[in-house]
Amino acid sequence: MKHAKKIVTVCGAVVMAWSAGIAIAGVTKPGDVKFDDTKVTAPLTNEAGDAAKGKLLFSNRKKGNCLACHVNKDLADKPFHGEIGPPLDGVASRYSASEMRGILINAKVALSDETIMPGFYMVNTGARVAKKFKGKTILSAQQIEDILAYLQTLKE
Amino acid sequence: MRGLIKAAVVFALAAGGFANFGPVNAGEDLPAGVTVVKAPAAKGGPLAEILSGWGSRSKSTQQLQQDDFENPGYLWVDKGETLWNTVDGKAGKSCATCHDDASVSMKGVGAAMPKWDAKLGRPMTLEQRVNACRTDNMEAKEWKWESDQMLSMTAYVKNQSRGMPVNVQADGPMEPWVKRGKELYYTRVGQLNMSCANCHEANYGKFIRADYLSQGQSNGFPTYRLKWQKVGSLHRRFKGCMKNIRAKPYKRGSDEFVAMEIYLAQRGKGLQVESPAVRN
Repeated sequence: MKHAKKIVTVCGAVVMAWSAGIAIAGVTKPGDVKFDDTKVTAPLTNEAGDAAKGKLLFSNRKKGNCLACHVNKDLADKPFHGEIGPPLDGVASRYSASEMRGILINAKVALSDETIMPGFYMVNTGARVAKKFKGKTILSAQQIEDILAYLQTLKE
Repeated sequence: MRGLIKAAVVFALAAGGFANFGPVNAGEDLPAGVTVVKAPAAKGGPLAEILSGWGSRSKSTQQLQQDDFENPGYLWVDKGETLWNTVDGKAGKSCATCHDDASVSMKGVGAAMPKWDAKLGRPMTLEQRVNACRTDNMEAKEWKWESDQMLSMTAYVKNQSRGMPVNVQADGPMEPWVKRGKELYYTRVGQLNMSCANCHEANYGKFIRADYLSQGQSNGFPTYRLKWQKVGSLHRRFKGCMKNIRAKPYKRGSDEFVAMEIYLAQRGKGLQVESPAVRN
């Protein structure tokens, strides 16, 4: 019982460290992301993005949910593609990886202050963030890289 | 069968649209008791035209609002009529004791809510007005905002104004409330960092995943929502929107939501009261 409690405490500490944004080896924290004009050149993690995972995150309503706003013919088997943002068919032929990384991280910087697109890897978002999401990014650094890897497969 | 549905969905996608969803805003197809679902906007305002949420809904949803026997919101209107005539509280009164026939005394009342109360020095929503009447005049207990009784009463009272133009006061003492509501409308909130305007002003008439964005007009509330399977208040809808964008919602009846209700009503001037509307 005592042992179990200890494990819970250790797990709790790890989770707390994670949510407090304490540096994880090789991962750029949201506050340390460097924009070069509209681009973010350096990958956020040491691990290469996984396009297959990125494809799942793209349509996952609790994660990227990119499909909520963007049409993507590559996912034609999934119903209900949104019409808010531009279609992403062939997006990799129009934007470089650094440009797309910038847009994913913080579209307010990369595109326009006026854009409706959320910043998926930033913590200074709107007012009154719900407790559950306070101080947290929508996606993790690795998830950004995974989605980016997937987007790079969408060529004309 | 499933394969067939899937094929149909893929086909609809390939065709670039969803034929079974809105928009229908022709003008000749109207909800019961209403003659306007689309109105010219005041000059200098943020919208090119004022559109009731009616036009954003599918044909099958619209049909429910075209026949009062089909409209499930009328279950609440009918309950409201019963409550109107039911004595409650220590003073031994019903609404009818003072207000008599609601079809006469309440005509136009709902269309002008929220309304300035000079004695209290603040605007009152219909819910707040009903509760003030209950505690002050009937010596009865307040109803909770989203209780079945409150929804029934507000649906019933608002229904007495159906077809009448939205007529909220926006000047004089109401001005600071309109201003506050406008501020809130354009403030980005939540982890998704969006304001009301991001969806309902800049992107109405478009799909956001399976949802078709309306202008977020308030003229149909209390409204029967298929998603809720019941009638709900405007403030409940506000909370839902705020939760969706991962923000901490304000409370029902809070000054913030009252200000937003006033601003929205003002923004939707030109439309008619549709309560109880039927929406997805």
